[in-house]
Amino acid sequence: MRNTIVSLISIVLGLIAGGLLMLFIGASPIEGYTYLFQGALKNIARIGDTLATATPLIFTGLAVAFAFRTGLFNIGVSGQMLIGGLAATAVGLSFDFSRPILILLMILAGIIGGGLWAFIPGFLKARFNVHEVVATIMMNWIAYWTVYYIVPGYFKGEFLETESRKLAEGNTLRTPWLTEMFQGSYINLGLFFAVIAVIIVAFIINKTTLGFELKAVGFNRHAAEYAGMKVNRNIILSMLISGALAGLGGVALYTGNASSMQIGILPSQGYDGIAVALLGANSPVGVFFAALLFGILYSGTGFMNAMIEIPPELANTIIAIIIYFAATSVLIHRLLNKFRKTRSNANDVNGPVGKKGEA
Amino acid sequence: MSYVVEMLNIRKEFPGIVANDNITLTLKKGEIHALLGENGAGKSTLMGVLFGMYQPEQGIIKIREKEVKITNPNVANHLGIGMVHQHFKLVENFTVTENIILGSEPLKGIVLDIDKAAKRISELSKHYGLNVDPHAKIEDISVGMQQRVEIMKMLYREAEVLIFDEPTAVLTPNEIEELMKIMRNLINEGKSIIIITHKLKEIKAVADRCTVIRRGKGIGTVNVKETSEASLAEMMVGRHVNFKVDKKASTPGDVVLQIDSLSAKNNRKVMGLKNFSIEVRKGEIVGIAGVEGNGQSELVETITGLRKVESGKILLNGKEVTHIPIRERIESGIGHIPEDRQKRGLVLDYTLENNMVLEVYNKKPFANYGLMNGAAIKNYAKKILENFDVRSGEGGVSIARTLSGGNQQKAIIGREMELDPDLLIAVQPTRGLDVGSIEYIHKRLIEHRDKGKAVLLVSLELDEILQLSDRIAIVNNGELIGTVNASETNENEVGLMMAGVNKERNI
Repeated sequence: MRNTIVSLISIVLGLIAGGLLMLFIGASPIEGYTYLFQGALKNIARIGDTLATATPLIFTGLAVAFAFRTGLFNIGVSGQMLIGGLAATAVGLSFDFSRPILILLMILAGIIGGGLWAFIPGFLKARFNVHEVVATIMMNWIAYWTVYYIVPGYFKGEFLETESRKLAEGNTLRTPWLTEMFQGSYINLGLFFAVIAVIIVAFIINKTTLGFELKAVGFNRHAAEYAGMKVNRNIILSMLISGALAGLGGVALYTGNASSMQIGILPSQGYDGIAVALLGANSPVGVFFAALLFGILYSGTGFMNAMIEIPPELANTIIAIIIYFAATSVLIHRLLNKFRKTRSNANDVNGPVGKKGEA
Repeated sequence: MSYVVEMLNIRKEFPGIVANDNITLTLKKGEIHALLGENGAGKSTLMGVLFGMYQPEQGIIKIREKEVKITNPNVANHLGIGMVHQHFKLVENFTVTENIILGSEPLKGIVLDIDKAAKRISELSKHYGLNVDPHAKIEDISVGMQQRVEIMKMLYREAEVLIFDEPTAVLTPNEIEELMKIMRNLINEGKSIIIITHKLKEIKAVADRCTVIRRGKGIGTVNVKETSEASLAEMMVGRHVNFKVDKKASTPGDVVLQIDSLSAKNNRKVMGLKNFSIEVRKGEIVGIAGVEGNGQSELVETITGLRKVESGKILLNGKEVTHIPIRERIESGIGHIPEDRQKRGLVLDYTLENNMVLEVYNKKPFANYGLMNGAAIKNYAKKILENFDVRSGEGGVSIARTLSGGNQQKAIIGREMELDPDLLIAVQPTRGLDVGSIEYIHKRLIEHRDKGKAVLLVSLELDEILQLSDRIAIVNNGELIGTVNASETNENEVGLMMAGVNKERNI
C-alpha cells in the first residue's frame, strides 16, 4: 500500500519534472503529454504496440525483482536475454515441427539459455564468493560477442550480415487473431506468457516454501544458515530462475516483437528491468504495472516527436527522473510521515525501539 | 540541591503504543542515577528523548534549570549530554585517538593535529583513571577498553551528563568492577551519570537514586540506600520476584551429547578450540564458564554445524553428527539459542510469525507439497508468543525488527523450546533480559532438564552458570581447564579456573 503510494508519487513528480523540461525547451507540456499518451493509447493498434513494448520489460523487471528478493543484484539480464533469444531463434530456424510444439520448444530453449547464463554467476557466487554484479556484467559481454559470432556464422540473413534470417511467419509468437484484434499491431503471445510469469512468480514468492527460503536468504543469510537452509543452493536457484525469466524476455523480444536477431546490440530492456523492478518495489504485480508505464512512455515518444518539436530523448529523461524519485523513495517516505503526523517527529515511524535493530 | 537534568511529565507515543506515559526523571549534579525497567518498558525511548533522537508529545526538559528543546543528538552534545551506547560506535581499524576526535578533528593549519589530540587524551585518561592507550587500534583492545574509549569520547567533548545504556551487558566481572570504579571517579570530578540497566546488583553497588518505569509508566524514584534488591525488583515487575532458582538434584541418564577431542579454527584461522572433550547427559545442565572469546563460540558452532570441524568427533545420542548438514542436526534433536540474536537468531525483516517457523516452515502442517499454510503458522506462532510473553506492537504480524531486544530474545527462546530438542544449546539465554524474564527463562531451562533432556548452557554471567548448572566445564584459551560439580564449587574456584589455573580436581 505504502509502496504503491510512493511509486505513484515518484511517477507524478517525474512527469512534472518532464513537463518543466518541455517548458524549458519552449514547448507546451500539456500538448506534449497529450501527444505522448495519444501516441501510446490513441487507437487499438497503438495500445497493442504499447503492450508489446511492455512485454519484454515485464520479464526483465521480474528477473531483477526475483533475484533481488534473494539479495542478489542481477545486472546481467541483457546478456541472459540475448542468449535466451538466440537459443529460441536457433530452434525456430533449425526445426520444422508443428507450430505448438515448435513454440513450446523455443520457449524452453529461451528458459534454458537464460537460466544457464545466470547459473554461471550464481555458481561462482555460491562456490567462490565472486560478486554477482561483476560476474553478470562480464557475462553480458560474453553473450554479446557470442551472438556476434554465431548469428553471422550460422544464421546469416539473406541480405544483411549483421542480422539473422527472419523466422517464418508461423514460427514466431505473433498470431493472426491477435494481430487482427489489435488491427495490425505487433502484439503477440509474449504478453500472455508475461502475465502467466507474473502470477507464477508472485505465487512462488508469497506462497511456497521455496519463496520463504529465498526471501530469508535475501534478508539475512546468517539466520537462514542457522535455520538449516542451504544458502548456496538458494543463491544458485534464485539466479537460475531470474535468468530463465530474462531468457523468456529475450524470447518475447526476438521471436515476438521482432522476428530476427541483430548483432552488436545489448538489449536496453535488460537494464530497464532494474528500473522497472525498482519502481514496482520488487513485487510481481508492481513490476507488471511499472512495465506498462514504461511501455506507454517508450511507445508514445515517436508520435509526440512527430507532432510537436519535442525530441524523443525526453521520454528517456522522464523515465530517468521517475527512477530517480523511486530510488530516493526514502525521502518520499519521510515526506508522507510529515503529512501524516505533523505533531510528531519524522524519525519516529520506526517504532518504540530507539535504536532499531540494536537494542 | 540543583538539578542538572529535569525531564518532567514526558509522554512519547509511537503508532499503536505509548512508550512513555507521564514519566518524570530528575538528575542531581554529581549523582549516579539508575533507570530501571523491564525489557520494552520504555527506558531507551526516554533516553532517546533526552538525547534528541525523539521529540516528546508532552512534557518539559530542563537542563541546568533552563527549559530546552533537544531536536537532535548534536543539540544534546552542545548541552553537555553524552551517551555510551550499548553497541559501540567505533571504527575498528582506527586508533583510539582517531576514533575519539572523529567529527571534531583538531587542525593545525589544514593538517590534522593528531599529536595534540593524543596528548589531551592521555591527560584525560590519567585524570579519570581510564588507562587508555591513545595509539592502540580498536580491533586490538578488549571490549572493556573499547567502552572506555566511548567514555573518553564524551569526556573529550566535555560532556557533563553521561548516559550509559546497559554498559555492563558486554563486560566480564572484572571489567564491571573497573567500570564501577571509573564511574565513581567521574562523579568525584563533578560529572552526573544516568545508567540504564536492569541489573539490580549493580544498582545497589553504584547508584545513588533509582527511577523505575514499568510498561511506559513512571513507578517512582527511590534512594538506593534505603531500599532492597527485592523491593526494586518488585517495583519493576509489579509482583514478587524469586531470585533463587529452585531446582531438584539432577538425575543424569544416558549420554546425549558426546564430544571427543574436538578442534576447530576460529575466525582468525588459528585454532580456537583445542582437543576439547565433554559429555552432556539426559536430565542435566552442563554450564560452560569462561571469559568471552575463549572457545565458547567455536564449541557451539561446531556442534550446531555452523563451523567446520578440524579434527575430533561429535556424537548425538550415540550417532555421529560431526559432518552432517545443519538441517539434519536440527531434525535429529539439537536446539540452539544463538549468541547473536540479530545476526543468527532472527530474520529481522520477517514477521514474528515467519520467524517462529524459521526451522520448520517446510514441515507439516506449516507446508503441504511446498505450499505454506498461513493459518497453521499463525496459530503456532501465537501459542509461542503468548507462552513466552513476547510483547510487540501488532502481535504475530509485527516485523521482528520493531521488537525490543529482550522481546526478540524471548521469541527465539520460545521457538527453540517449542521444538522440544533432546539437546538444547543455550548461549547467553538471558543476555539483556530483565529479572522477571530471567526468572521465567531459568524456570523453563530447568523444566527442560527435568523432562529428561540435555542442556548445554554457555554464559558469561558466572551467577547464571553457578545457579543453573549441574556440572560446570571451564574453558580457557580454547582448552578445557576442568569440570566441577556445581554443588561443590564456588565463584572463587571457577573464577580462578577461568583465568587458566587448573585445580587438578577433574571429575
